Amino acid sequence: MMLGRTANGLFWMFRYIERAENTARLIDAGVRMSLTGTQGSDDEWTSVLKSAGVEANFLQQYENVTGPDAIDFMLRDERNPSSVLSVINSARSNARMVRTALTREAWESTNECWIDLTSRLARRVKDADLPSVLDLIKQRTGLIRGAFHGTMLRNEIFNFSRIGTFIERADNTARILDVKYYLLLPAVTYVGSSLDNVQWVSILRSVSAHRSYGWVYESDLNPTNIADFLILNGRMPRSLAYCHEKITNNLGYLETEYSSRHNAHDTALEILETLRNRDIRAIIDGGLHQFLEDFIRRNSRLGQEIAEAYRFY
Amino acid sequence: MPFDEMLDADNRPRGPYSEYMSWYGEQDHARLLTKSRDAEAIFRKTGITFAVYGKEEAAERIIPFDIVPRVISGREWRKLAQGIEQRVAALNAFLDDIYHKQEIIRAGRVPRHLIERNEAFLPEMIGMRPPGGVYTHIIGTDIVRTGQDEFYVLEDNARTPSGVSYMLENRETMMQMFPELFHRVRVRPVENYPMLLRQSLEASAPPGCADKPRVAVLTPGIYNSAYYEHAFLADQMGVELVEGPDLRVIGGRVAMRTTQGYKPIDVLYRRVDDDFLDPLTFRPESALGVAGIMDVYRAGNITIANAPGTGIADDKAIYSYMPEIVEFYTGRKPLLENVPTYRCSEPDTLKYVLDNLADLVVKEVHGSGGYGMLVGPTASKKEITAFAAKLKSRPGNYIAQPTLSLSTVPILVKKGVAPRHVDLRPFVLVAPNRIQIIPGGLTRVALKAGSLVVNSSQGGGTKDTWVLED
Repeated sequence: MMLGRTANGLFWMFRYIERAENTARLIDAGVRMSLTGTQGSDDEWTSVLKSAGVEANFLQQYENVTGPDAIDFMLRDERNPSSVLSVINSARSNARMVRTALTREAWESTNECWIDLTSRLARRVKDADLPSVLDLIKQRTGLIRGAFHGTMLRNEIFNFSRIGTFIERADNTARILDVKYYLLLPAVTYVGSSLDNVQWVSILRSVSAHRSYGWVYESDLNPTNIADFLILNGRMPRSLAYCHEKITNNLGYLETEYSSRHNAHDTALEILETLRNRDIRAIIDGGLHQFLEDFIRRNSRLGQEIAEAYRFY
Repeated sequence: MPFDEMLDADNRPRGPYSEYMSWYGEQDHARLLTKSRDAEAIFRKTGITFAVYGKEEAAERIIPFDIVPRVISGREWRKLAQGIEQRVAALNAFLDDIYHKQEIIRAGRVPRHLIERNEAFLPEMIGMRPPGGVYTHIIGTDIVRTGQDEFYVLEDNARTPSGVSYMLENRETMMQMFPELFHRVRVRPVENYPMLLRQSLEASAPPGCADKPRVAVLTPGIYNSAYYEHAFLADQMGVELVEGPDLRVIGGRVAMRTTQGYKPIDVLYRRVDDDFLDPLTFRPESALGVAGIMDVYRAGNITIANAPGTGIADDKAIYSYMPEIVEFYTGRKPLLENVPTYRCSEPDTLKYVLDNLADLVVKEVHGSGGYGMLVGPTASKKEITAFAAKLKSRPGNYIAQPTLSLSTVPILVKKGVAPRHVDLRPFVLVAPNRIQIIPGGLTRVALKAGSLVVNSSQGGGTKDTWVLED
């Protein structure tokens, strides 16, 4: 038995931790792009801000987009509720609220992540320090995940945490793809040009998949395979299919544990059906942008249905 | 010269400290200083913090922890424990009496106006008897020492005493850092407190409830200064930690919103003040409590710990009557003394207090946390004059006490150890027909040399408190 508020706290704690890590990765990919200097890097930062879903908020604070401002806004601006600093604060507040549901290890890794990052992000990060700060974010969130996996009982607490993680991750991958979907359309690509290559690698890098892509598709870097990898590949831990496999499984455990089924279970299954046994070409032919928008909307509705079903509020 | 608990007049260790001192003699001072910093890191990592209201930049602080333990012999403890038990029994009998027959008032031992015009007196509790007859399930009795056998009760915390998590974490930290010490010195354990607390709360459940009562801790939330303790206790007891918005009255029971719907609660260990407990009965704007909980309580369907209205028992104006109260209900002289207390509401006394402000400690009747008080001997002339004006305008709002020469226990400093003033808060659990006192407690220590203010909000620290097996 657990409180609805606790389920909500766990769900958001893990969404925020996931978001911190994803934001660090997005910044990393943005920095790489700007270093290659093949095109206006400000355009690149605009698309990074879009992928993070914070472009509109950014433009309220700044007149135009520059790399240093974008990085600062995404890392440590408290006016940006999705900045790494903001989400680490929120994750830790949620962790304090659900302290009784966490093991000592899971709590302490979260608390230490907060202690380290709030001190590291107290001032604007110098260019030269950026790589080590991004590494620290990935490392600290990784430690939370490790402590969580190594010590938590596989019960409802675990299920709500995992559902939060994967709803957030799926949303993130879908947004990255949606911002860059035009690069993946056959009509506008100049297959094999160096610019395309850089852009494609950047997409893969922003989900930490530039190495694993090679293991699956070998040296054949092309947009169809990239879309296949990030949308349909069931073994790629940030693909939409993988995330929704996990969400469905965790909802399934809750269904068994509580002996009750909700709308959320049907919605999850519907989403999974759009990702299972599909051919990527059919999705691209049917309109990739449309598909992704549709996915983002359903994914977020699923989150709301879960909140209702389990009395988060 | 204040009484030092570690060293006697000839600078030799007193009995209870002899084994500790022989260990200390073998230690490298630099290593102890490192350990002391390690301890701080442990507290920070664990998140044992408290919030300081009104101080944005330091929203969360840790209470400084000193690694030199405060040691109490078994003999000293037994004497203290008897006195505390007698006092706690009297407090419960007093509460039951003033909310029922008021015999103590009729006997002329406590003035009627002091009870009935007191903000801490809750008319809602008149004629209401809590399940098992227990009012104060948890009490923290503040004790100061001035000599070998001189102990005084400074205050009875009968509302929602805090600090027990420090008692437990201090011990945990000491055992982690100095395991070898605990082989050499036989210290009575405190770590079963959460289990005893849970058993004690369960034993106070409403008589009609199912075989295994459901207990929950009610917290105002993560921004409360004692939130760490609330989460810690719920976690250690293995019960739910709830907030006002999680609770609702359904079918005459207080129930909490779970992922599978509402489930009733039998015992609520609330860490929310009376005023905020029920917006229908007390402050209407309160979001920290549960609308209608007082009706459920009056119907006997939930235990609230501590019971509403217990604040009347630890009111500082009532405090001065404690010797009469103890004698009235137990039929015996108090085993533990009160600090002599001047009631400023009485004109002659007021005059005496005003004439002697420089030697007295003056406290607000309803104050706590060391705020709003005057410590005469350390105050400036200007502060004394300003305080005298406040005192004259509302004399009934103040009591005064002689400045006690609190005992000292050394703390670790850069060069060796140095004595600092301490007090002691043992924790007492009350169940129907049973009073348990945990052998130990929270020792608070004034870290500034000469200071008598031990409150954590005013620069105080804490120590592990050892009660020896002897």
